[in-house]
Amino acid sequence: MDHKEFIRGGTALSEDEIKSGKIFVEEDALDCRYAWDTGVAIGRYLAELKKGKIIAKKTNCCDRIMIPPRMFCELCYRPSGAWTYVQDTGVVNTFSISNIYYDASRVPSGEPNPMPAVIEIDGASKGMGIMHLLGEVKPEDVKIGMKVKAVWKPESERTGSITDIEYFKPY
Amino acid sequence: MRKVAVVGAGMTKFARRALETPKELSYQASKAALDSAGMKLKDIDCVAHGSAPDAFDGIHQKGEYLADGCGGWNKPTMRVFVGGATGVHAIAHGWYHVASGLADTCLVVCEEKMSSAMPHAQAFFLTIFDAITERALGLNLIWIFALEMKRYMERYGYTKEDMALSAMKNKNQGLKHPASQFYGGNELTVEDILNSEVMASPVSRLDVSPVSDGAAAIVLASERTARRLTDKPVWIEGVGWCLDTAYWATRDLYYPRYTEIAARKAYKMAGIREPHKEINIAEPYDPFGYKQLHHMEGLLLSPKGKTVELLRDGHFDMDGNLPMCPSGGLLGVGNPIAAAGTLKLCELFWQLRGEAGERQVPGNPRLGVAQAWGDLMQVSSVVVMGINNA
Amino acid sequence: MSKKVAIVGLGYSSFRTTSQDVSYREMIFEAATKCYEDAGGVHPQDIDAFVACSEDFMEGISIADEYVPDQLGAVLKPVQSITGDGLQGLASAAMHVLTGELDLVTLSAFSKASNVLHYANVVSYACDPTYVRPLKENPYFIAGLEMNRYLYETGTTEEQCAMVTAKNKGNALFNPTAAYGAKIDVKDVLQSDPLFSPLKYLDKSQDLDGAIVFLLASEEKAYQYTDKPIWIKGLGWATDTPNLDNRLDGMGDAVYARLAAQKAYEMAGITYPRKEIHFAELDDTFSFKELQHLEALNICSRGEAGKLLEQGVFSKNGDFPVNVSGGSLGVGYLHEANGLQRLMEVVLQLRGEAGKRQLDDVETGLAFAWRGIPTATGAAAVLSSRY
Ligand SMILES: [Zn+2]
Repeated sequence: MDHKEFIRGGTALSEDEIKSGKIFVEEDALDCRYAWDTGVAIGRYLAELKKGKIIAKKTNCCDRIMIPPRMFCELCYRPSGAWTYVQDTGVVNTFSISNIYYDASRVPSGEPNPMPAVIEIDGASKGMGIMHLLGEVKPEDVKIGMKVKAVWKPESERTGSITDIEYFKPY
Repeated sequence: MRKVAVVGAGMTKFARRALETPKELSYQASKAALDSAGMKLKDIDCVAHGSAPDAFDGIHQKGEYLADGCGGWNKPTMRVFVGGATGVHAIAHGWYHVASGLADTCLVVCEEKMSSAMPHAQAFFLTIFDAITERALGLNLIWIFALEMKRYMERYGYTKEDMALSAMKNKNQGLKHPASQFYGGNELTVEDILNSEVMASPVSRLDVSPVSDGAAAIVLASERTARRLTDKPVWIEGVGWCLDTAYWATRDLYYPRYTEIAARKAYKMAGIREPHKEINIAEPYDPFGYKQLHHMEGLLLSPKGKTVELLRDGHFDMDGNLPMCPSGGLLGVGNPIAAAGTLKLCELFWQLRGEAGERQVPGNPRLGVAQAWGDLMQVSSVVVMGINNA
Repeated sequence: MSKKVAIVGLGYSSFRTTSQDVSYREMIFEAATKCYEDAGGVHPQDIDAFVACSEDFMEGISIADEYVPDQLGAVLKPVQSITGDGLQGLASAAMHVLTGELDLVTLSAFSKASNVLHYANVVSYACDPTYVRPLKENPYFIAGLEMNRYLYETGTTEEQCAMVTAKNKGNALFNPTAAYGAKIDVKDVLQSDPLFSPLKYLDKSQDLDGAIVFLLASEEKAYQYTDKPIWIKGLGWATDTPNLDNRLDGMGDAVYARLAAQKAYEMAGITYPRKEIHFAELDDTFSFKELQHLEALNICSRGEAGKLLEQGVFSKNGDFPVNVSGGSLGVGYLHEANGLQRLMEVVLQLRGEAGKRQLDDVETGLAFAWRGIPTATGAAAVLSSRY
């Protein structure tokens, strides 16, 4: 017996077949909206970002400083302890230079490439990082291990969001 | 433990854009799998299906929508979900239906139609990120894989060329898979991959598996029923799965520790002590070239940091010590997310029965492992399948 | 079934119409902590596997499975999600244990319905995208269609449906977790705003936020965690066609409930459910659904539920109490967690921990959940305090 007999269907359409209108489509734009409750830990995190500060949470069980802050230690499964500020500086754990935006559309030439990175935040436990973007640095100069510092939006423009930090830049 | 066998497998072709609806793709794969087992839908006790995010299709409760296409009308039907790992995890989902004694036969179906999402399925991946602390950054899914790939390469000194070699191997193997978008096409070189457009460094376009539409299905049966249906049942020897923390940026991405834990559980159930010696054939998850190498390390089938060396030595070739992704994998056949994992289950079924045609691995492989990975670079599902060659 | 599975732990967050003070993670952490304490203080790292029930569009998160492990203490553990009702999750978790490979399994579901701004839109995305959704109707018309057909086929009256709402909201007054308890009568329901005739505002349950977590154990391990294991005797789940236009028998009858119950009763060895089961907690998303489900679950024959309701059979001091908790109409609608709210009441009743609404001499109970419009999927579980 050969397996080919059991591979059936999955009829490929060509661009022409679609454009010529032979294939009918039903279009709809999703309209789902949400208002997510940020809760105790992330609520405070955002409120502090608005003030230009990064806040973390200590654990009493395993002596970690957690960023982003959580109301519980997910490893020991205990409520977390005191709030503590950490620095707005950190170290690049890993990074990428992107030629695409979130929807896979191409970055036009001349526009800056998004530079996503995982940044280990100074003052938090080792390895505790957050996802953010890099700026004010040439793509070819970005390195793993590079020290970076948050560039904050002007106070009047901050909304209590992760984007209150515009990006991290080398210092 | 009740033994559970795979007795049938079938799939659709993986197309960049398929004519069929998700229900129709599910039907085609399910019917092919039933035919291969010599069974009718009435012989099936329950349906265990899987599909990745609802957002691609714009369909809420996609499991309900797919139910009749999967043969679930008037049957116990349940959809399982572990993101990208769903396609392999579905066999664990089906396995406990039968191993528990609640069912004697189970149809396992995975489907994905990604082309409905406009302008591109990638846009919908933004909604997998933390709604409050990450999504506002406008992230692309490929970015986080780029971050992982970078970390992995940096750790062991692997080069872009090494990663391209890995992608090339699967892309060229996929040319032999009748379900592949590229079936019978031309081989690629490492240079082709290195010269392809950079999406998000270090990821280039040809490092990535092609977004696809498709479905794949397998049929499971208890030992007694399996022996009645076929003289070549393929046994589920072990299953394991493991999910790591959602705080992915707090993990060191160079090593998939969750894959190791999942694999150890599957090996333990299968009674495997030295996987790299005992396993004859591997289907690690390969949405990107680097991922299959990363996963071979997590599956304990290759020593950490030595995988490129083994790859270059031909260790993972079809006639090597441990053939890797004989199907061609996601890179070579296509990546309709959940269905792509099930593609690997189909491949093990065909390979272990010696029915894989021009892709057949020589030497009567007896024991195979398949693995899929998903969520926020966070989960692995692993299955060990085996056949008793007389 | 040769092996047995017990429920050995139960925890729940406070149920509220809004819960702005906590994130879903914090809400689940509360429920899970209570569950683990209820099971003698088990540490989650000692649990073998975790099953969560969720739907992406309800969370506004794709691949919501990603965010499951931390708040359950399940980091680096076997975790999977079922996109289904909590009772389907119960079946999944119980099957984990019945394989003999896993002894302890956590089951969880939650609702943050208050965070969904246009729920009717979300429901409309569950309708077929090519030939139902383009009608651009509010999807609740389907409930109107089904109710009308049910009344037509069985002779059940709108008054009898209204009586379900009055009963359940009345029961909810004795349930501290219920958000929608009220002392109302049939007239109040009949005079409430019309929605999709014959469905009226008070025939429909309202949203609620909350999280519920259970711990399941094999029979070998059960007594390590509790003195009062509640045994899962029967499980069944089934899906009628998702297509509205060929649901045939399924517009007026709950075919999914009939099939699910058959399986569950068969597994539990139950021949006369009305006699062998002592009470039921079952889906009342809409008032008529309680009656339709009672008939499909073979608690009574078709067309009989309304009459028995009038006779007080389903009241909390009746012969066969139904939705003593208050049901969805009285407690609130918890989406994927609906089935777990039913299961929670059955477990509390069987343990004798139901407070003011405790039923006397109950040993075996039935929980049943439906996945809501436009689906035709339901799940049933028979539980008993007797081994
Ligand atoms: Zn701790």
